[in-house]
Amino acid sequence: MSEPTEASVRAEARAWLEANWNPDLGLIEWRNKLIDSGWGVPSWPKDWYGRELPLPLELVVEEEMKRIGAVGVAKTGIRRLAAATLLAHGSDMQKEKFLRRSLTGEDTWCQLFSEPGSGSDLAGAMTRAEFKGNRWVINGQKVWTTSAHHADWGLLLARTNWDVPKHQGLSYFILDIHQPGVEVHPLRQMNGHASFNQVFFTDAEVPPEHLVADVGKGWAVATTTLMHERRGADGVGRWGMASDRKGRIYDEERAEIATVMEPYKWYPQRAGRVDLIVERAKATGRNTDPVVRQEIAKLLTLSKTAEWTALRARAAQMQGRPQGPEGSLGKLVSSHVARAAARVHTLITGADAMLAGEDSPMNGVIAEILISVPAGSIAGGTDEIQRNIISERVLHMPKEPRTDNDRPFRDVPKNIVT
Amino acid sequence: MQFSFTSEQEEFRSVLRRFLEEKSPATAVRRLMETEAGWDREGWREINQQLGLTGVHIPETFGGQGFGFVELGIVLEEMGRALLCAPYFASTVLAATAIMNAGTDGQKLALLPPIATGDTIATLAFTEPNGRWDAEGVETSATPGNGKFRLDGVKSFVLDGHTADLIVVLARRPGSRGDEGLSFFTVRGDAAGLSRRALNVIDPTRKQARLEFRSVEAELLGEEGGGAKPFARTMMQAAACLANEMVGGADRLRQSALDYANLRVQFGRTIASFQSMKHKQADMLVDVELAKSAAYQAAAAATEDDADLPALASLAKACASEAYMQTAIHTIQIHGGIGFTWDNDTHLWFKRAKSSEVFLGDPTWHREKMMQAWGV
Ligand SMILES: Cc1cc2nc3c(=O)[nH]c(=O)nc-3n(C[C@H](O)[C@H](O)[C@H](O)COP(=O)(O)OP(=O)(O)OC[C@H]3O[C@@H](n4cnc5c(N)ncnc54)[C@H](O)[C@@H]3O)c2cc1C
Repeated sequence: MSEPTEASVRAEARAWLEANWNPDLGLIEWRNKLIDSGWGVPSWPKDWYGRELPLPLELVVEEEMKRIGAVGVAKTGIRRLAAATLLAHGSDMQKEKFLRRSLTGEDTWCQLFSEPGSGSDLAGAMTRAEFKGNRWVINGQKVWTTSAHHADWGLLLARTNWDVPKHQGLSYFILDIHQPGVEVHPLRQMNGHASFNQVFFTDAEVPPEHLVADVGKGWAVATTTLMHERRGADGVGRWGMASDRKGRIYDEERAEIATVMEPYKWYPQRAGRVDLIVERAKATGRNTDPVVRQEIAKLLTLSKTAEWTALRARAAQMQGRPQGPEGSLGKLVSSHVARAAARVHTLITGADAMLAGEDSPMNGVIAEILISVPAGSIAGGTDEIQRNIISERVLHMPKEPRTDNDRPFRDVPKNIVT
Repeated sequence: MQFSFTSEQEEFRSVLRRFLEEKSPATAVRRLMETEAGWDREGWREINQQLGLTGVHIPETFGGQGFGFVELGIVLEEMGRALLCAPYFASTVLAATAIMNAGTDGQKLALLPPIATGDTIATLAFTEPNGRWDAEGVETSATPGNGKFRLDGVKSFVLDGHTADLIVVLARRPGSRGDEGLSFFTVRGDAAGLSRRALNVIDPTRKQARLEFRSVEAELLGEEGGGAKPFARTMMQAAACLANEMVGGADRLRQSALDYANLRVQFGRTIASFQSMKHKQADMLVDVELAKSAAYQAAAAATEDDADLPALASLAKACASEAYMQTAIHTIQIHGGIGFTWDNDTHLWFKRAKSSEVFLGDPTWHREKMMQAWGV
């Protein structure tokens, strides 16, 4: 078989879609069909629902899907991270069991990493996993777990050994959320939403086949998850947008977005909604004030250059070139953009920036921006941690001296209150 | 001008701080902010009675304590620190100051004593839905007839406007523009033709209302058509006051971030030991201390009625707005995930910072005013 080209992929995908796309199918039924065809995740390995297409050609397939209006596989939220992690580290049995159902959207996921005592320092996790009889028994607590209240499965980082340095005593599990030993309590955020949760484990159970990679190798697996999370936070991706088209499959997709995507409904606001700036400046007449114009121009420059940088990083990745430094900047830059956008929205909005809810411009959207942007510089690794990564791993500056990874985890100082 | 507090003033501050820590802990703030009124008469009376706060800068002849804006600034700084839920800025700072600036002696004698004791809660209704903070923005009309006036128009962003007993209103002669034809009026909170609605605000610890006047009978306050000057003066004094309140909030946030950083352990050490955290703390201290100097300088200028007050008040308002907001952003960041939660108190101050940033005019507006006042 000859090498796939843009033209050949486009023609083949188009032909398949024209023959098979049918908006009257059920959502799951369609996605199964799509997965079987290899067009659902064309960059994935051939053994696992894909065609091993290089990333740029995957975009061609996406274009074709969009053209015909076809619904894609489920890939928003944590399930994207789960799929990427299992694809890299999972056993065949795990891939068999979880990948398809994640792609169809039947299974949803949450990320059980952060704990009250360990956020930036994820390797300081204290949730305990002990092998008893024929299963792993989990005790402890996670926190800030986005979407745990909608999730079926959790990606769990837990400690299996306290007598080795911290990174070596961690293991990575797939945990069934729907079991008596797991309790999920919503946590309210400063913007009034409750998209994250506290999750408590009391003798929760994990069968041995749901250990990902080997015992004690959890940190490497978690790093894969985090890498995908941070890369996805470069501001280029979009949050699930319901289409307003008619047809059974669109109805089902809308229903899916309304439930599974519910925790993410404020995420566009958290990113600062730069897209609204010009429209708002014109609507308020603030676009005529030279000071405001300068601020808008600075913001647009920041946001455009951020976007181009992310795209440049992506392009390099697609051409199979090693990522340059531009690839590590996206997450940090996106929180600069969000903060700057909140400032400019305030400037444009003036006195109305004191209002909220239905009294606030755009029925609360502006207020929600102002009280949601602080999340971006914390979630998924704080700005300070991103700066450490950039300076130490990209610029190879000397590492901070550490005193926590040269001794058994048992002996490392910890938070008194957890 | 060189500014420092006297030892009496410092003593007053520390008494007040302890008192407010006890009377207005975050739990009390949270309880009151969930109510529609935003404050409660009994609790406020109790706090006020013991220290006589509502009359601080009102002259003794009018039932007040006869202090100046420096002492008022101290009160506000401590209230800002405690995030006290009370109609203090509305009544004492805005309304009483406007009455002092605009009213005749007879009117002051009638109106100020009950405000000074706290029995009457007053507010000032000047801004309108157009959100402007200058005279040009006033559209509400005052039509004369039978020695009285009738007000028509809409006021917005009125602090505690839905609960105030007495409303001081800025309105204009029909057909007038700009500084011309402006006058102050007083209206009872339950006047016929006045409808009041609490606004949904970003900072629930300080309520605002929208007031609609439909042919509401009003008493003239001061000279007909002579409102522009006292209004401008009131705005400067209020800006100086707000700056003092803001630095109190900022200082409290800075301290809470420091306390948290000293407790929180990551990577086997307190986060306070990371240089990035130290630098943030140092930057915050610089921002807050500079803003304090600006706020104190403005309060002193207001007390002495210094010719430089217009510039200094605006400088302080702009400077304190930015210091407060930046400190709030850093404080959430230093707290990490917990700083973004409802149960952590940081967001309460963050929201006050956001609201105060634009209340009475945002920093860019005040910087422009400062430049104009300095003739640049
Ligand atoms: C909206 C939102 C959604 C989230 N969703 C999830 C989720 O689904 N699953 C999950 O597991 N977690 C989730 N998190 C948690 C998030 O990853 C953590 O909050 C974050 O990593 C910070 O950890 P922390 O809150 O413990 O703060 P800490 O780690 O305690 O940080 C406190 C401060 O110390 C600084 N600091 C810490 N270490 C260093 C250092 N070495 N050098 C310099 N400064 C340092 C930090 O930058 C921060 O300013 C979410 C958080 C938010 C806000």
